[in-house]
Amino acid sequence: MTAPVTTIESALLRIATAGSVDDGKSTLIGRLLYDSKAILADQLEQVQEASERRSGEGGLDLSLLTDGLRAEREQGITIDVAYRYFQTARRKFVLADTPGHVQYTRNMVTGASTADVAIILIDARHGVVEQTRRHTFIASLLGIPHLAVCVNKMDLVDYAEDVFDGIVRDFCALAKQLGVKDVEFFPISAKLGDNVVDASAAMNWYSGTPLLEHLETLSLADDEAGQDTRFPVQWVIRDHDADYRGYAGTVAGGVLRAGDAVVVLPSGVQTTIAAVETIDGELDAAFAPMSVTVRLADNVDASRGDMIARAPGATNEVAPLVTRELSADVSWMAEAPLRPGARLALKHTTSSVRAIVEGLDDVVDIATLERVVSPDELALNDIGRVRLRVSKPLAVDPYERNRTTGSFILIYEATNESVGAGMIR
Amino acid sequence: MSTIEDPTVNADGNPLQLSHLRVLEAEAIHIMREVAAELEKPVLLFSGGKDSIVLLRLAEKAFRPGRFPFPLMHVDTGHNFPEVIEFRDRRVAELGERLIVASVQDSIDQGRVKEETGPRASRNRLQTTTLLDAIEEHGFDAAFGGARRDEERARAKERIFSFRDDFGTWDPKRQRPELWSLYNGRVARGESVRVFPLSNWTELDVWQYIAEEDLEVPNIYFAHEREVFKRDGMLYATSDHMELMENEEPFTTSVRYRTVGDMSCTGAVASTAADLDTVVGEIAATRITERGETRADDRVTEAAMEDRKVAGYF
Repeated sequence: MTAPVTTIESALLRIATAGSVDDGKSTLIGRLLYDSKAILADQLEQVQEASERRSGEGGLDLSLLTDGLRAEREQGITIDVAYRYFQTARRKFVLADTPGHVQYTRNMVTGASTADVAIILIDARHGVVEQTRRHTFIASLLGIPHLAVCVNKMDLVDYAEDVFDGIVRDFCALAKQLGVKDVEFFPISAKLGDNVVDASAAMNWYSGTPLLEHLETLSLADDEAGQDTRFPVQWVIRDHDADYRGYAGTVAGGVLRAGDAVVVLPSGVQTTIAAVETIDGELDAAFAPMSVTVRLADNVDASRGDMIARAPGATNEVAPLVTRELSADVSWMAEAPLRPGARLALKHTTSSVRAIVEGLDDVVDIATLERVVSPDELALNDIGRVRLRVSKPLAVDPYERNRTTGSFILIYEATNESVGAGMIR
Repeated sequence: MSTIEDPTVNADGNPLQLSHLRVLEAEAIHIMREVAAELEKPVLLFSGGKDSIVLLRLAEKAFRPGRFPFPLMHVDTGHNFPEVIEFRDRRVAELGERLIVASVQDSIDQGRVKEETGPRASRNRLQTTTLLDAIEEHGFDAAFGGARRDEERARAKERIFSFRDDFGTWDPKRQRPELWSLYNGRVARGESVRVFPLSNWTELDVWQYIAEEDLEVPNIYFAHEREVFKRDGMLYATSDHMELMENEEPFTTSVRYRTVGDMSCTGAVASTAADLDTVVGEIAATRITERGETRADDRVTEAAMEDRKVAGYF
């Protein structure tokens, strides 16, 4: 059996959206779901009833589709990340809808951590505001490869081209400052449906595609997780009767094939891949994000937490860095601040270790996006550069080279809460 | 990159690319292995329904040729479809894995819960107590469930690792941030996580996967002649567990089930789809959600599911 290979059109696209209720984010999502016919009759009926109950009049409040919790509907706010699913003939979409308030930075980080594309909402009447800068910064920090900037409420500025052009210019300056590369712009009205699913009749000056068509055709071929081969060992499968031993895990980068010369890290022991397989049989090749089992030619000592990479010299791949010292941007998510000397649990790929904070190099001023050096602490929702020392060597990559092997989470050992997201620099 | 061959193409020259079903499959397998590695005593909830059938297949993919590192458990209301119970036992025997049956009838007999009465009586709500008691009795610290986020809007906000306190309750405002594929499965004694490997699957994905993997499902998922009656716009099977109300007249027609749960709250849909391909076609074209069409338990209030989850339900 060979790897299940199909064309790119049927792949899955993970989208993160950021913005507050005022930007019309929930309405945009409601519009995407509604116009792509992902909302079914009984859901629509619920929304119709709720719209009438709340406003006392007719009309459909599409934002009510995405607010899932009682408190959100009562207070008209979004508290947590909500996941939505829709499908077109070309692609399946997983959309993480995240609240945009500053106090919910941690939710945005959560929703955006796995995203292929981020939708940034801008109110055409207000242009690029502080919140836009924050959302774009977080998107760039999390290495989201594509941005789709939606200038919304174009109907309220008479669909004026110069308003749109001005916002595009401002945003490009911001993107340049943050090093964001792939940005597309869409003049839309989520409420009326202009350029969301269907092209707008009111903006003939816009020659681009509607948002949905862009999302359907966006190519991910170049930004699949890193090019260098990485396979964190997750679970050892044994069958004593058959003398079977397989290393199960999820490919985090590159391509694994039988016959490849590999190294097990951190030990550095070298061997060869005997087979790459699943219960359906041997595979020609395994690549991210496949979950597979690797059998090794020699009886080497490998276990959960170890990293398999290509052997040095066998290819021109870059080797992971095996280290006990990490420098990372950390998004801090706990009520109590993070200070030097703090001890935490750290989970990196399938490895759990203990960590101590050696120092805080800087903290990002979320309003100016400038880094303020040598802060005393990182407070809730702060993002800053942290130096950590860990109890056992880890095989890591810079986050920009690999989002899986370049990331970690921090956990309070006393309460087991997840309190930080780290991106290795 | 390799200097010898182009690593981004297969032997036949096609680019390496996964279908969306295989991406979802890989994610679910990853989640199951994380739980097995990080938690001490997981259990997989298997009802014989389509979602848990997919979970079992994924468990095979995650752990074979080894044994499952957890037992299976069914919370049996005693009012399940006999066809499903027969299927459940046969499937478990084929796998050679262990099944625990936690019985709502036992909870009633022990006075832990009180049977509802009247024509609208259902044992659906009583399951929560039986489930929590079983988790405590066996000391399980993780329970896999087949719930999906597309089913219902409270579920849409739930994490893949859904942390529960020692009362089994869900606090939607205190969910752990869930980053990348780095799941935090740490729990204190008495606490547990409910884990939903199918979180990102839709009903259509589940059916397409069942078709692609050629998985057997209980025959009530396919069209069959059945004696039913109409209530609240839904079709319910007549059975010893259902009391008819005035003006409810049983009749026989061709139906199939979209969900499989307690007979007292699971409705059938009129259908003549007798095989997998036709069922997948109907699901792809449907205009009503599965819970809206077939589950009375979600129709009570706007936040019915949220309230039940807070109380410890799946």
